[in-house]
Amino acid sequence: MPILVLIVQSFNAGKSRAKWEGFSFRWYGALFQSVSIMDALKVTLSVALLATVISTILGTLAAIGIYSMKKRPQSVMMTMTNLPNTMPDIVTGISLMLLFIFTRINRGYLTMLMAHITFDTPYVILSVMPKLKQMNKHTYEAALDLGATPTYALLHVLIPECRQGIVTGALLAFTLSLDDFTVSYFTTSPLVQNLSTLIYSAARRGIEPTLNALSALMFVTLLVLLLIVNHRTEERN
Amino acid sequence: MRYDVTLPWWAYTLMGVGGLCFVVLVILSIRRNHGIKRSLFASPYTLWMILFTVLPCILIGYYAFTDTDGNFTFANFRHFWDSNAEMKEIVGEEFASSIPRGTVNVDTLVYSLWMAFLCTAISLVLGYPAALFMADRDMKLGASLVILFVVPMWMNFLLRTIAWMSLLEDNGLINQLLVAVGLPRAQLMYNSPAVLLGMIYNYMPFMVFPIYTSLSKQDISLSEAAADLGCSSFQTLTRVTIPLSLPGVISGITMVFMPSVTTFFIPRVLGGGNTMMFGDLIESKFLTEGNWNGGSALSLLMMLLILISLSILRKADPNGEGSGRI
Repeated sequence: MPILVLIVQSFNAGKSRAKWEGFSFRWYGALFQSVSIMDALKVTLSVALLATVISTILGTLAAIGIYSMKKRPQSVMMTMTNLPNTMPDIVTGISLMLLFIFTRINRGYLTMLMAHITFDTPYVILSVMPKLKQMNKHTYEAALDLGATPTYALLHVLIPECRQGIVTGALLAFTLSLDDFTVSYFTTSPLVQNLSTLIYSAARRGIEPTLNALSALMFVTLLVLLLIVNHRTEERN
Repeated sequence: MRYDVTLPWWAYTLMGVGGLCFVVLVILSIRRNHGIKRSLFASPYTLWMILFTVLPCILIGYYAFTDTDGNFTFANFRHFWDSNAEMKEIVGEEFASSIPRGTVNVDTLVYSLWMAFLCTAISLVLGYPAALFMADRDMKLGASLVILFVVPMWMNFLLRTIAWMSLLEDNGLINQLLVAVGLPRAQLMYNSPAVLLGMIYNYMPFMVFPIYTSLSKQDISLSEAAADLGCSSFQTLTRVTIPLSLPGVISGITMVFMPSVTTFFIPRVLGGGNTMMFGDLIESKFLTEGNWNGGSALSLLMMLLILISLSILRKADPNGEGSGRI
């Protein structure tokens, strides 16, 4: 319901939210001309993409590593993986901010990326691990017995077995990174903003209609994307 | 765009050395043909987590127990308990007794806990029936309800909250409706109910989905058996379905309670400074006052609080079965 209002508002010609002054695309035009919003969009997308790729690689490797550890280190590693999930966002953000302040690293694009990788990776591990555990242990050994080198067995047996988990983890990481506000807020400088922090600083000044247009667009894009995904899975079945 | 790539030189060196070490280790372990050495694959992640999770936590602890000069002190916690402590130190001991204990911080904590509790309770009461409907296989309504809950989640949560502003404002839609019907305007924003509404609206899906997963994973023959053995449908619900879905309920409670204690955006926007929550307090300690030591002490307290509540919940759900994310 509030979202519907937002979408309707985005077509409102007037600047005030209270009055309806006719249908227009004015705010959509303004949206694409606004440098700060387009910059923020670029930052958001590139951070999400980079963080997803890096954390997926890091997480998949780690999951395989943790899986083949002995019991004791394995449980230590899993506790460490679960730790960021149980910590509230604000503490994650603040602790990273303290780290960057302490080491005198200027906060900006790179620090935000690092922060995103930090909170994405555990989710990748947590979605790859169950797949590894479900896998039949003997498949890998059989591959070795049949003359596969460990590298070959890894690439052609282990990775395909948990591909589903990897994809889920990557998608999860991407969404989390797109949607994150709290951690980004504490780990970036006011000069480099992603959409969330931009919306936050704009909201404190009062909402601009361009933000309505932006949210309407984001909403429709996601809707279309998901419909396409749904359609494809149905066709496959 | 300003990609200020300004890491100090030692950061690059560290990264280079780390990467090199990893490559060498992997090559070595592959050469030796030992499957067990695959555990080395976790080493970059371990390094990363030590750098970006363990070390920052230690830093919070360090700042919490030191003053601005780096000396060990409990003062930060004393200031949490008594926000007038600083003033008392200035005026000296003889006048200190005449100054009452400043309870701002403790009050904020109690207020946030109370709000979070209300939010969790209301989400549970509203969310459980919704999850029941969604999981009911005979209902056509279920699938559309799922969509109804999922769709708003795709939207950035800041925008979701802001959308409420245009409804609740003094000139917002609801007030315009009220005026049109001939009723007086109501003050809907900038108070606790508005914040509570925003919290419930944002966090309700976190309650509904774990319950929904645990309900839909349930073996339907169990409730059929209960019915065959003479249970009324109400008895089946209270004796079979609800107890079996408890892990989902517990994970839902955690997933709603935690973010609602710590949120600072929702009270900022919908509460407009009239409502101060704990997350709000921490954020302003750090970014407005620049008081890292005090802020760290607050963060540490919050972490403790959450660890305690989590361990209580863990006891109720030892296997972590309900940890079904969406």
